[in-house]
Amino acid sequence: MATMVTSTRPVIQKGAGGSPGMPGPNGNGSKRRDPFRGPDSKGNRYRIGMWVGLASIAMMFTSLSSAYIVRSGSAADWLPLRIPRVMFASTALILLSSVTLEVARRKLKRSFAEAYSRYLLLTGVLGLAFLGSQLVAWRQLAGQGIYLSTHPHSSFFYLLTGAHALHLAGGLLAIGFLYLRSRPKLDKPGLATTRQATADAVSIYWHFMDGLWIYLFLLLFLWR
Amino acid sequence: MSVEHHEGVHRHPAPTGFIRKYIFSVDHKVIGIQYIILALAAVLVGMIMSLLMRLNLSWPGTSWPILETLFPTGAPGGVMTPEFYLSLVTMHGTIMVFFVLTTAPQGGFGNYFLPIQIGAEDMAFPTLNMLSFWVTLVGFIVILLAIVVEGNQGIGEWFGTNLGPSFAGGSGTAGPIGGWTGYAPLSALGKIAGPGQGAGMNLWVISIAIFCIGSLLGALNFITTLLNMRTKGMSLMRMPLTCWAWFTTAVLALLSFPVLLGGGILLLLDRIANTSFFIPSGLYVSGLLSGSNPNFPLHTGGSPILWQHLFWFFGHPEVYIAILPGMGATSHILATFARKPVFGYRAMVFAIFAIGLLGFFVWGHHMFISGMSPYSAIAFSVLTLSIGVPSAVKTFNWLGTLWGARIRFTTAMLFAIGFVSLFVAGGITGLILGQSSLDLPMHDTYIVPAHFHLVMGVASIFGMFAALYFWFPKMFGRFMSESIGRIHFWITFIGVYTIFVPMHIMGIVGMPRRYSSFTEYRFLDSLHPLVVLVTVAAIVTIAVQILFYFNVFWSMFKGKKAGDNPWEATTLEWNTTSPPPHDNFAGVLPTVYHGPYEFAVPGAPKDYVMQTDVSSEVPSGNGHNGNKH
Repeated sequence: MATMVTSTRPVIQKGAGGSPGMPGPNGNGSKRRDPFRGPDSKGNRYRIGMWVGLASIAMMFTSLSSAYIVRSGSAADWLPLRIPRVMFASTALILLSSVTLEVARRKLKRSFAEAYSRYLLLTGVLGLAFLGSQLVAWRQLAGQGIYLSTHPHSSFFYLLTGAHALHLAGGLLAIGFLYLRSRPKLDKPGLATTRQATADAVSIYWHFMDGLWIYLFLLLFLWR
Repeated sequence: MSVEHHEGVHRHPAPTGFIRKYIFSVDHKVIGIQYIILALAAVLVGMIMSLLMRLNLSWPGTSWPILETLFPTGAPGGVMTPEFYLSLVTMHGTIMVFFVLTTAPQGGFGNYFLPIQIGAEDMAFPTLNMLSFWVTLVGFIVILLAIVVEGNQGIGEWFGTNLGPSFAGGSGTAGPIGGWTGYAPLSALGKIAGPGQGAGMNLWVISIAIFCIGSLLGALNFITTLLNMRTKGMSLMRMPLTCWAWFTTAVLALLSFPVLLGGGILLLLDRIANTSFFIPSGLYVSGLLSGSNPNFPLHTGGSPILWQHLFWFFGHPEVYIAILPGMGATSHILATFARKPVFGYRAMVFAIFAIGLLGFFVWGHHMFISGMSPYSAIAFSVLTLSIGVPSAVKTFNWLGTLWGARIRFTTAMLFAIGFVSLFVAGGITGLILGQSSLDLPMHDTYIVPAHFHLVMGVASIFGMFAALYFWFPKMFGRFMSESIGRIHFWITFIGVYTIFVPMHIMGIVGMPRRYSSFTEYRFLDSLHPLVVLVTVAAIVTIAVQILFYFNVFWSMFKGKKAGDNPWEATTLEWNTTSPPPHDNFAGVLPTVYHGPYEFAVPGAPKDYVMQTDVSSEVPSGNGHNGNKH
């Protein structure tokens, strides 16, 4: 069936579909620099994966916020909570932890392994302190007799802060993992790229959780 | 054919032990097959449920002794109770949509073939891939448990003592009741709301939440793999249409499942933590007023419509999650057996994207009767009907691909053509139901199940049949039996039309869906012969699927041996052995020089040019030079 031709349209076209003639170094059709598997490919994988994962986390919080907005607008039973004072401390702690993590990441980039490790530890401590501070806020509210099912705003308050805390706890695990791997004796040679990539991915996640907290704080206490 | 090499990669060595190789495997091919087996098991369960429903619709009140043995509470004396019927509706829908139409097309075939078709040795995150399958499997086990717990008082009590009072006891029906959409407030109230609302319903919600997490892990992996791991020369516009379809499906899953997860969490809190997200004020249920009784605490101000919005914001993209991989496989298979390039490759890519994008803005068409503003209804109508445009682009391009071709009518090709037929036949009623004025009278009649079964249910399944017959030789190194395949195709094809075309008529007459029998409705008596016809067709169609199951498992071991490229196809999966080695390309990743569907290239030595071919470059120019007919 060498020449069973059923179409007279030229099927090979210029451009991305594949051009005739000699294939270039990247094969036909690639106009820009080689977008395919290079030495960075494995490292990029973690960053891409993290952004993609964050898109889905963002969608979940979007769905919860849209429920919040609909529920707060439709009901006469909406009794907004006062901002627990300690949550300002939480906010300061998580903002600070983003700064220290960013410092850690830059230390790693310049191969200051000791400093990287130290700042990671500091970030982890700040993250734990944030969770502790959230716990204090919950305890205070519970002490005033305000529980999950007390009224719609308290339901959303516990749900949103709880979901955020759960995600942040995941981030803390990741930071603990980075910290364990950052100690020289556990470091295997040849993992520099992967280590930088995982550090980048974790810091993207952590900053996102930071931004998410600011957003939730504003939503919970300024929207209605 | 010569293959250029670069970056030989062995990221994980081939496992040797049985458990790491076949059970807790991180190999995307094994995971793909695991997903397909899960879907084959789930579809069997869902199919038996539909058979039971059909039997009750045709011959209501008949005693089926075996039913009493299996479900003593659901069918006392062997006669199906209406509650049992409703729980069948619920579980059939849930199992089919989640564990069949979402697992096989994406998790199954996508997992197996996406990495190979883009020239990668595995998924980007193999361990995550394994996790996504096992999470999904747990979801399936939990949904089966939901039936057991809801229908069995003893097991329900055990759950109550061990998991807390909100899991105590089922309601004694056969399973959860709520439809696959689980509308609030019925689904949000808990046991007080009556049959099918006990502990099993909690498990139903939990199962779906688990499923969401599994799908999200999978979607993350698909997107990263496709963006990051394409081999040299595999530009985006050289990817097979299957890859585009899986990619778009993954994006849809990534953005829509979290919304369902969020809604599911709210629903579960309403059920077990006495919140009022979806439960309105002043409900009077089962003879009790909300707040008047410790069993029915006070609920105020929730919005049942909110659940519908959250559910359908997920639910509509979900139907594209089910059908898009079928579209991809159909395009791929039509081109291969028509021996012609896909007509309008670029248009096909944009149409897939347009369908995916528009799919996010049309959820309101499921809610026309919810009392929404007519202006919103018009907006949702217009957006819904506009999906007809990319759908028509795809349909005409499929026909364009077939036009004037010397078609090789393999079983895979028959099913692919069947897909086009069913997609058109089912899609055409979408134009009717998508208009709010027409949907108002037709809503909740049989025309709705007729429409969505044809267009997203059976069409997707046909896409998967086509894919299985087509890729089976690659997956197992053996062909499926073509003669059994043809019998399977023709009976199934005629069967599904005989089942679903009469349902359109029933819907227009006004037969409501979800009723267990119609003995009390005189105006529907004249339809009874049609109801029986549908049941007979369903029995025949289901019977022939046994032949299909036999074909799958028999051919796995006894089928005719297949070579590396038995269909003379062009894409990368045909460039490796059948079945492919552990890292897909035996250590050397291929380099791509051609588009995915270069069939019948004028001047080429064969009637197809593989994506890796360097030697069969056609003379320069537009390809007409040296053209011999």
